[in-house]
Amino acid sequence: MKRWAFGLVALAVLAGLEASLRGLIGAYNYQVLILVGINIILAVSLNLINGFTGQFSIGHAGFYAVGAYTSASLVYYGGPGFRALTSFLPNMAQNAVLLLLGLLAAAIVAAIAGLAVGIPSLRLRGDYLAIVTLGFGEIIRVLILNINALGGSRGFSGIPQLSNFFWVYFFVLITIAAVHNLVNSSYGRALISIRDDEIAAEAMGVDTTRLKVMSFVISSMFAGIAGGLFGHFTMYLHPNSFLFTTSFNLIIMIVVGGLGSIEGSILGAVLVTVTLEAFRGFGAFRLVNFSVLLVLIMLYRPQGLMGSWTPFKMKQRAAAAK
Amino acid sequence: MDTFLQQLINGISQGSAYALIALGYTMVYGVLRLINFAHGDVYMFGAFMGYYLANSHWIRSNLGTSAASAVLIMVGAMALSAVLGILIEKFAYRPGRSVTRFTLAFWLGILGAGAGQLAGATFASVAAGASVGILVGIIVEQAGLRPVKQNSRLALLIIAIGVSLFLENGGQQVFGADPKFFPEIIPTHALNAGPIHIDSQKLIVLGMSIVLMLLLNVIVNYTKTGKAMRAVSFNLDAAKLMGINTDRIIAFTFALGSALAAAGGILVSLLYPRIDPLMGVMPGLKAFVAAVLGGIGNITGAMVGGLILGMAEVMAVGYGQSTYRDAIAFIILVLILLLKPSGIMGKGMNEKV
Amino acid sequence: MGILDVRNCTKTFGGLVAVNDLNLSLNPGELYGLIGPNGAGKTTIFNLITGVYTPDDGLIELDGKPIQRLKPSTIARLGMSRTFQNIRLFQTMTVLENVKLARQMHMKQSLFDAVIRTHHLKEEEDEIEHDSLDLLKIFNLDKRAYELALSLPYGSQRRLEIARALATHPKVLLLDEPAAGMNPQEAIELMHLIKRSRDEFHITVLLVEHNMKVVMGVCEKIQVIDYGETIAVGTPKEIQDNPKVVEAYLGGA
Repeated sequence: MKRWAFGLVALAVLAGLEASLRGLIGAYNYQVLILVGINIILAVSLNLINGFTGQFSIGHAGFYAVGAYTSASLVYYGGPGFRALTSFLPNMAQNAVLLLLGLLAAAIVAAIAGLAVGIPSLRLRGDYLAIVTLGFGEIIRVLILNINALGGSRGFSGIPQLSNFFWVYFFVLITIAAVHNLVNSSYGRALISIRDDEIAAEAMGVDTTRLKVMSFVISSMFAGIAGGLFGHFTMYLHPNSFLFTTSFNLIIMIVVGGLGSIEGSILGAVLVTVTLEAFRGFGAFRLVNFSVLLVLIMLYRPQGLMGSWTPFKMKQRAAAAK
Repeated sequence: MDTFLQQLINGISQGSAYALIALGYTMVYGVLRLINFAHGDVYMFGAFMGYYLANSHWIRSNLGTSAASAVLIMVGAMALSAVLGILIEKFAYRPGRSVTRFTLAFWLGILGAGAGQLAGATFASVAAGASVGILVGIIVEQAGLRPVKQNSRLALLIIAIGVSLFLENGGQQVFGADPKFFPEIIPTHALNAGPIHIDSQKLIVLGMSIVLMLLLNVIVNYTKTGKAMRAVSFNLDAAKLMGINTDRIIAFTFALGSALAAAGGILVSLLYPRIDPLMGVMPGLKAFVAAVLGGIGNITGAMVGGLILGMAEVMAVGYGQSTYRDAIAFIILVLILLLKPSGIMGKGMNEKV
Repeated sequence: MGILDVRNCTKTFGGLVAVNDLNLSLNPGELYGLIGPNGAGKTTIFNLITGVYTPDDGLIELDGKPIQRLKPSTIARLGMSRTFQNIRLFQTMTVLENVKLARQMHMKQSLFDAVIRTHHLKEEEDEIEHDSLDLLKIFNLDKRAYELALSLPYGSQRRLEIARALATHPKVLLLDEPAAGMNPQEAIELMHLIKRSRDEFHITVLLVEHNMKVVMGVCEKIQVIDYGETIAVGTPKEIQDNPKVVEAYLGGA
């Protein structure tokens, strides 16, 4: 009962903010907030696979791209037909339904992509897994670049603007709640056990392959939703928004925030996004700072600001603890 | 037929460029089990060092375009890149392995220098910024902040990503993001041998690559340092016990690999004079694929892998779809890692339960 | 037919025959020991039984069901549990969470339950917590339930690993050198613990151990392995008097 009440209040707050924010803080800051929200979804979902399951993936941009293009194409090509069929609905309702359909498609296709990448890749360990995911992310990007119906190298323009603060943060809340609940269930324990000691986890009945793939699929699904929200806000997509530098920026966010901590990922996403925007005038220097920050955090405080796990060899940590 | 031969030569010269970079990857992986993501950016750094040297007053007035100036530029760039390699190893990859003083001072000094350059692009402001950074770094380190000891390959990979981003963005800040054009330091001749039409540049690239690879072979297989390198790549701890100064050998390996990457950068710039701070990204990744293809850790493998990848790309572009060119490397990467991660010439390793 | 049957199992690694035509049979409720010099193949046998390795030849049956080609997690779910030679606790988890992870094996939380946090999930979580704490009480670890597993002293960590293995409600429990690194007092407590576990939880125990006092004190039947082959099977007394066993441990090249 309490939960539904909380949910309704949250929705009301979001709606109120959506109506008033642009006037209060200006169009530019509104845009930054949108970007922050999308990055939170990406960071929290990436942390599920990297931080909680310990399977390091650096190809998240690929699933982000898949989601973005899927939702955009569905709405772009199918939108007019849908609007014709549902002309009895008010415009706002049509937009909402279209967006939700687009995001649903994005989630499903991104999840399938996650399956396609995860199943072969998750037999690999550590840095090899990371490299393979990077490779897949790039393959996805090049594939998209070569599909003319998706705009090719000119980019995909004319995407209807369906997402806004309300929808982005609606899904931010859903993502955080879903990942939080997942982590605090038997599934979460199982994922963390895989991270800590895969062999012991297997011996205790955890089907590690199935769970690794599952967390990969869930993670890519949310990345796909983030992609859909992104495309329907910027109204234009180009494969260059989905280079591996995007994946690396996400890595910076979750490492700085702390692997294995949902709050950390939120914090990292906010910090990195806002700082990058706030210091736009400083050009490449902002990114110089972040790359040095990544190095320094890994050297001096690998668990990040709020993290509970570091990609150490465990024996060394045990020795350090004693 | 002549197109095929043409493509063959293109493929070999492209491949030898990849091979030169791949050698650095493979050697560093051999001694440290580290995938040095930043290596491609050292290639970029080498090309830029060559650019600045070639355009420097001294070279232009004293030597002009000649073989001598070319050699000097190449050696100079290689040396500077070797220094960069040593610095990266010392302050990014070593602190997690053994105590490295002034790590914080190094990085804060760099940030300070960058800030100084932004504030006013003069030597004084850069020096001032750097000094502040170094000072803060020393103070904080004295107060007790030390790097955490860790040895995980994954952590090193993340650090390598950070260093790579640092070099790319730093390059954009310091060199400027817009592309520059490498001056012609050796005049081009078109050579005709029957149906084949080759640039002298391509032959020079090929020739130099062969020379460098032979040199590397000699160093690795016939010198004491080379033997030490091989020992370290087999078993770091055992090598330490044998009295080998592993830190120094590792630094040497980085220096060697960086010098080769720089050579690659300059040779490629002879063929394609357009250089920019992000030019190392793709070649770096592709050279990494080449190293994995040949069997990472295996020096001959890196050469073989580089050639194969070069050929595959050129053939794909010549006979197939050119927009898929970049994807070739990644498809090969994914296939190799999934089917035979140890590569063409490598052996597998298993975890003990 | 016993609860665990290994028949004619062979396992080779490259050129090395680690286990050669091995037979082993456990009767329900037995305390069975597996001993032999270092490198004899005992851990390999464990790994074969638990599914970490697949035998090149031969059959392994758990309660009549063939398991030699199954995954370790499937075998665990069929009723086999184990501890490890080098303790493998989940280091970022608390003592309680380690046990909960094992206890949840037979639970049926769906993904939907977890994400929505349904009533069913809360009920199961309560049950898992309750049962796990009870188990910890039996092992005298309940006072430290919320501490990091890593922070426990060595002897307690071993006890925790056994408690965790028992939380899966196994039919057969495999203990891989549980007395390693223990002083004589701790070893005696361990012996009591193993016997008590067998009695209270109605399980069969297969024990690999070098500490002869523990082996002779706990096991009802002992099998001696050398070079991957069985050289003797019998009661502790029979084994102690067997000249071949003495020779394998002390004499020969």
